[in-house]
Amino acid sequence: MSLSHPIPDRLQSPLARRLKSWESLLLLVAVAIFVANCFASPYFLDAWNLSDATFNFTEKAMIAFAMALLVIAGDIDLSVASIIALCSTAMGAAVQAGVGTPGLVAIGLGTGLAAGAFNGALVTRLALPSIVVTIGTMSLYRGIAYIVLGDQAYRGYPDSFAFFGQGYVFWVVSFEFVMFALLAVVFGVLLHKTNFGRSVFAIGNNATGALFSGIRVQRVRFILFLLTGLMSGIAAICLTSRLGSTRPSIAMGWELEIVTMVVLGGVSILGGAGSIPGVVIAAFVMGLVTFGLGLLNVPGIVMSIVIGALLIGVIALPRLWSMLRWGA
Amino acid sequence: MLMQTDTRADTRPDPAVMARPTPVLALDGITKTFPGVRALSNVTLKLYAGEVTALVGENGAGKSTVVKTLTGIYQPSAGRILLDGKEIRFASAQAAADAGITAIHQETVLFDELSVAENIFLGHAPRGRFGLIDWAQTHARAREILQGIGSDLAPTARLRDLGIASKHMVAIARALSIDARVVIMDEPTAALSHKEIHELYELVDTLKAQGKAILFISHKFDEIFRIADNYTVFRDGQFIGDGRIEDTDNDALVQMMVGREVAHVFPKRSPSHGDDVLSVTDYSHPTEFEDISFSLKQGEILGFYGLVGAGRSEVMQSLFGITRPSGGAIRIDGAAQQIRSPAEAIAAGIVYVPEDRGHQGAITALPIFQNVTLPSLGRTSRRGFLRLAEEFALARQYCERLELRAASLDTELGTLSGGNQQKVVIAKWLATQPRVIILDEPTKGIDIGSKAAVHDFMAELAAQGLAVIMVSSEIPEVLGMSDRIIVMREGRMAAELSGDEMTPETLVRHAAGITQALTETRT
Amino acid sequence: MSILKARETILAGAILALLLLIATRFPAFVSPGNLAAVFNDTSPLILLALGQMVVILTKCIDLSVAANLALTGMCTAMLNIAFPGLPVAALLLIAVALGTVMGMINGLLVWKLDIPSIVVTLGTMTIFRGIIFLISEGKWVNSHEMSDAFKAFPRAELLGLPMLSWIAIVTVAAFFVLMTRTALGRAVYAVGGNPNAAVYTGIDVGRTRFAAYTISGALAGLTGYLWVSRYAVAYVDIAGGFELDTVAAAVIGGVSIAGGIGSVAGAVLGALFLGVIKNALPVVGISPFWQLAISGAAIILAVAFNAKAGKTKGRIILRKAETAA
Repeated sequence: MSLSHPIPDRLQSPLARRLKSWESLLLLVAVAIFVANCFASPYFLDAWNLSDATFNFTEKAMIAFAMALLVIAGDIDLSVASIIALCSTAMGAAVQAGVGTPGLVAIGLGTGLAAGAFNGALVTRLALPSIVVTIGTMSLYRGIAYIVLGDQAYRGYPDSFAFFGQGYVFWVVSFEFVMFALLAVVFGVLLHKTNFGRSVFAIGNNATGALFSGIRVQRVRFILFLLTGLMSGIAAICLTSRLGSTRPSIAMGWELEIVTMVVLGGVSILGGAGSIPGVVIAAFVMGLVTFGLGLLNVPGIVMSIVIGALLIGVIALPRLWSMLRWGA
Repeated sequence: MLMQTDTRADTRPDPAVMARPTPVLALDGITKTFPGVRALSNVTLKLYAGEVTALVGENGAGKSTVVKTLTGIYQPSAGRILLDGKEIRFASAQAAADAGITAIHQETVLFDELSVAENIFLGHAPRGRFGLIDWAQTHARAREILQGIGSDLAPTARLRDLGIASKHMVAIARALSIDARVVIMDEPTAALSHKEIHELYELVDTLKAQGKAILFISHKFDEIFRIADNYTVFRDGQFIGDGRIEDTDNDALVQMMVGREVAHVFPKRSPSHGDDVLSVTDYSHPTEFEDISFSLKQGEILGFYGLVGAGRSEVMQSLFGITRPSGGAIRIDGAAQQIRSPAEAIAAGIVYVPEDRGHQGAITALPIFQNVTLPSLGRTSRRGFLRLAEEFALARQYCERLELRAASLDTELGTLSGGNQQKVVIAKWLATQPRVIILDEPTKGIDIGSKAAVHDFMAELAAQGLAVIMVSSEIPEVLGMSDRIIVMREGRMAAELSGDEMTPETLVRHAAGITQALTETRT
Repeated sequence: MSILKARETILAGAILALLLLIATRFPAFVSPGNLAAVFNDTSPLILLALGQMVVILTKCIDLSVAANLALTGMCTAMLNIAFPGLPVAALLLIAVALGTVMGMINGLLVWKLDIPSIVVTLGTMTIFRGIIFLISEGKWVNSHEMSDAFKAFPRAELLGLPMLSWIAIVTVAAFFVLMTRTALGRAVYAVGGNPNAAVYTGIDVGRTRFAAYTISGALAGLTGYLWVSRYAVAYVDIAGGFELDTVAAAVIGGVSIAGGIGSVAGAVLGALFLGVIKNALPVVGISPFWQLAISGAAIILAVAFNAKAGKTKGRIILRKAETAA
């Protein structure tokens, strides 16, 4: 009893689908901003200037990759910037105790993993909403940094430690940028090409349905918090190395920029949809806007208006558009 | 010109309708469309003062859409709503309530965190000075209404602390608190006990005597013939017919409902069974079920019958690893199994097609093929990396076996009809090559055609040696498909029936816990 | 009812125990005068926590309250410089109106465009802060630039209590009536408790959320003037991060982040709990740098405790279990 015509796999080629996607639109925006920057400032098209510009977003983007997975799965982690502060403080304390660069890296990564594990355990074991848990740990982690440091700062990082935030792998290509590119590929493959990534989408769309399909939902969610903690640890190493010092206010407010980057990249804040290429392009868009405005001597806080408007605008415009089209 | 209108007027009404008074509320040519779906197509419905009109139809006939249209939740795409013969529009739920239309909904649309009195009066609580809510009066009037329907619930009790039957009383009290002219009851007896159902019938009689027009939606025919004055039948969103209840009978109604001869032919099966596949002994849960013991053979279909809330789904979900039992053992092919999660159940060869398809079974925003392969990713992937070609092949194999109708395999599952979604969910589980498949209300809410396909397919699965458990509340389905039937009541096994013991009477008797014969309720 | 009451009783007990503990070593802390000072210091948090509570009850969140406060505060301060003769009453009115408008912007985006509240208010939060910079050009408004009347209002005493405290007390009373005795108050609970059912009950979910944001915005505006006049300074970053304190106060007070559960008393007690800790830290000789970590830990403990207390029991089918439960 077979049907007269078999069901086709796809009606639309993957390429056609990709061309109509949010990512393509975003790419156009990125190109437009790039071109606008070229005209706006003669200093823009300089290899070293462009290389410097990447530092605006590489550290945030590393966390945004993990955050994207977390948001797609229907959770959020608002404590990421505080995890950076905690990791940086731990590394700073270790420096005072004479720990060398390999040890510092291990401490940075370990602290990030521990902080992520604590978030994940609270969310999955105690079944608490991730937004409140991470608002709590956001205060807690940074609070610990304040308790340790008060209004002091840690300095005196070893020279070899400086490579992570200030080193160049090849010509103008910084270590951070290489790390960013590498992690983009790793997370892109993880989300789009593996069983794990598929379960992330399934959980974000319907966690109960995923559970009833045999997916170990709580374990996947826990791993995602762990990954987010780990990425925050890596970002902390890069940032601390770049700044060469640790203050408790390090990376203050980054969680919002990271969430903005994720949402701008087309990840649904309600979970279930999104892509890593989208987040990569969003990172470039935000970096280019920041850098371009910086060249025009626009102060940082004004750029936050642009970022806030972008955050609301990218979600509001498609909805407004469809309201106008279909009639409210 | 004049002639023409005259002839039209002459041919239209039939004498029976002519003689009737103006309906309190009427739907005239109502159509309701959603993107891609026509839920109601030019339907007619008339409700008369002091009479009960039963709305009869299968799942998917458009009954809920009618309720939502009458209560202002949906706006009709075309047609007129007439109140006392005058056209009216309900812009919101509030507008319908203001017009005196109230509904006791199928789903409990109540608020767990609020008190009984507040649930009853939310939105129209008695006001005191400065327009503030007068709690003393609210509580007093709530008590009054509750007593009027024979309930002694405390108005201050928090709803979350109440049982399902009490919540239902609150829902009814809420409907009565609005000085309603039209009361809509959407399957009001689905969750009620025998005694409570009789109390409800009395309540309906009281409302009738008060001159209220009642729309009664029910699946239970004995109930319809017991309390209704008129009937209206819908099928697939279309008006099929209406009339006085005394002018029709069981078979005629069913035939109008399903649009074909009543006798649904269940597939013929040869009951030759293999070895025991699954055996469950003394399976218990602290609050949901107790002492469940049964065994299941290869090629056998075991039916689980019981009233809603008898604990059947709870047992099945526990076997599938969703909830942890407090005691008992599961053996598969004689080997003891520890099942602590669905993943372990699947590994052990037990799969579960849930009743709540939209929530538990289907991941509607994902494409068809991804739904099918979700539990089988271990087989279609290599070292954790997806292989799309393998996925499409596996999905195609099982979707074609189930004769799925879809534009393509990467169509979003949510865009398919209920019946086709169910096929995808079943395909998903067959792709895991299970030993035991549990189907929980497998034909609930799907059209007749898909229903027969699912039945045929179940028979085919059993013939191929799969052990099948089917939970069903439909007596014909349970009797037609099962080799053996376990009846559950209040979390326990009430009876295990086979052969000649499997009759509608014995099922109902064991499910309701009635020891004497049912003759008296039939009258 | 009893569970909910118990939650507030426990919190009130915790605050009392905390006060007693401090009193054993530092009796001056619990003198009436000091307690009144603690209450006064906590008043802005109480005001904002009430607004936050209403929003959270509707299943939303308002992360823009502190930015709203700062922007309104800056506007009133600059108005005061530009028109020193403007009476305080007019400034209060303007502050409330400005805050209300900002709240309405949030509410409209949530209601009409159906954008998740966390996204909307994260966005407006950064936008509001940015606007402060634009209008002030990043400069501070200092005490000496403000008129005396402007600074005097929150400190003016009535029956021994400063105006700031009185405003908090009156607002709490008004909220008590609003939440328990008005249709809007009950609609807020219904919308958060079961949005689906609210629709069937004839309650407009979006409109109710809009109202909640409007209320939250109005309170933030009011607090904006009070804050700037009390501390006699206005700059871009005032009350930075304060939005999290308001969420913390509400959550500690037993307001469920999932909506529908919470009370005025709870939110006020949650704010007081944080206020007592903040004021006690320097007294007992612990560095104020501990405050952030303590409030973080308090949020986590409170939400864990509430989740445990409010855990819904599964369906009870077995008769014996029903009688036992």
